[in-house]
Amino acid sequence: MKTQIREILRTAGKLPVDVTTLGDDADLYNAGLTSFGTVELMMALEEAFEVEFPDTMMNRRNFATIAAIEGAIRTIQSEHV
Amino acid sequence: MATLARLAQAGYQLAAEPAGASAEAQKAMVASARKVAKIAAEHAAEVDEASRFPHEAFAALKRERLLGIMIPAVHGGEEASLATISEICAVLAQGCASTGMIYAMHQIKASSLVVHCHDDPWHGAFMARIAREQLLLASATTEGGGVGGDLRSSICGIVREGDDFTLDKDGCLISYGAQADAILITSRRTPEAPPSDQVMSVLTKEQYRLERSAAWNTMGMRGTCSDNFTFAGRAPAEQIIPVPFAEIAAQSMLPNAHLLWASVWYGIAAEAVARAEAFVRSEARKRPGSTPPGALRLAELLARLQQFKALVVAGLDRYERARDDADELSSMGFVVAMNSIKVVASQSVGDIVMQAFPICGIQGYRNDSPASLARLMRDALSAPIMINNDRILGNTANLLAVYKHDSSLSR
Repeated sequence: MKTQIREILRTAGKLPVDVTTLGDDADLYNAGLTSFGTVELMMALEEAFEVEFPDTMMNRRNFATIAAIEGAIRTIQSEHV
Repeated sequence: MATLARLAQAGYQLAAEPAGASAEAQKAMVASARKVAKIAAEHAAEVDEASRFPHEAFAALKRERLLGIMIPAVHGGEEASLATISEICAVLAQGCASTGMIYAMHQIKASSLVVHCHDDPWHGAFMARIAREQLLLASATTEGGGVGGDLRSSICGIVREGDDFTLDKDGCLISYGAQADAILITSRRTPEAPPSDQVMSVLTKEQYRLERSAAWNTMGMRGTCSDNFTFAGRAPAEQIIPVPFAEIAAQSMLPNAHLLWASVWYGIAAEAVARAEAFVRSEARKRPGSTPPGALRLAELLARLQQFKALVVAGLDRYERARDDADELSSMGFVVAMNSIKVVASQSVGDIVMQAFPICGIQGYRNDSPASLARLMRDALSAPIMINNDRILGNTANLLAVYKHDSSLSR
């Protein structure tokens, strides 16, 4: 899943750095993720993983790292089984 | 209760006791603010006429020791709640809107130190100075002659020189810049950093020079003296706030600014309604036995004011519940809620003052009657353009490709 997230981040996140250089726990905001980039990223993630992020999950922490994004998506998926 | 009070006097910390100033102490602060508001009201017309700083009101605020009340007790302040500070903003604005707005802007700057600097030695000691010396804080976030510009972008940058730094910023609008004791100023982290990689620094008045490039001559809010200045400062590097300005803007400035501005605007609206009420009461006494024609419109206006009050109170409540929860504070829902409070409050104040006009009639339109609404109307019209509502709605609009609102009444 992390590979897919990294690919989505590369196309939708509009980061000024090369996504392949970022570790799973690297802070994406420090890497230049903007609030506009976060919205684009969320939109692409919702489409790719066929999930909808609820209001309560749309906070900074859930999108701060690749690992956090994976955790958030898994949480939604497990709630919808 | 008496036992509890004795225990508290003896220095026992009760687990159930909420942190911060006691309810009685906070009531006393509001009572002091009412005394200051009287002084502010006496000079409001002159402040407006001459477009000058309300120095009588600020001398009184310092005397009543109301400038340091947001500072935590460990740093020598009173640690008042935001609800108390909001009430004081509204009380002051009823007497003089410029006084209320300057007080709000000062507390918004204090909130950045309180929220982000509690562990930092220089800023901790500076907070103690604010409380002890009742220092007035101003803000320099715009640049290049802008008014209400994009505060998340800077042109100037910090230049390090040994243990010090220098900072030169052109054309920044600084409300009461000439009267402030210290300025919190934004810039790029270094001259080469991208425009959005910003820091905020605290410089005290002996550490900078201000050269006025344009004077504040506006329709309303004339006492805020929001002149444009060229800023040139030098200070030790420890005075740069360690957290990025992006965090300060999102976590402390956003909620504190929108809630305290809304409180000031509520104060203006409440004063307009008070003048309409007084007018209707005097009409009723002239013709006993019949309800004055303006009373129906006043009944409608009271409902509108109640709606405004509910907006501010609910916003304060939401902030109090979110303030220790970083996830909630950084959530889209919270940002949308605070943005919405600014937009609705700034529209409400103009609408309410406007609706008081048909009630007060010519007495409201006159500049020299006790029911005059003229200054209130001019002051109210600043609200939608003080960080333009279109810019704020645009920020919310950018989130709507993914945002879903929470329809609960209890969250």
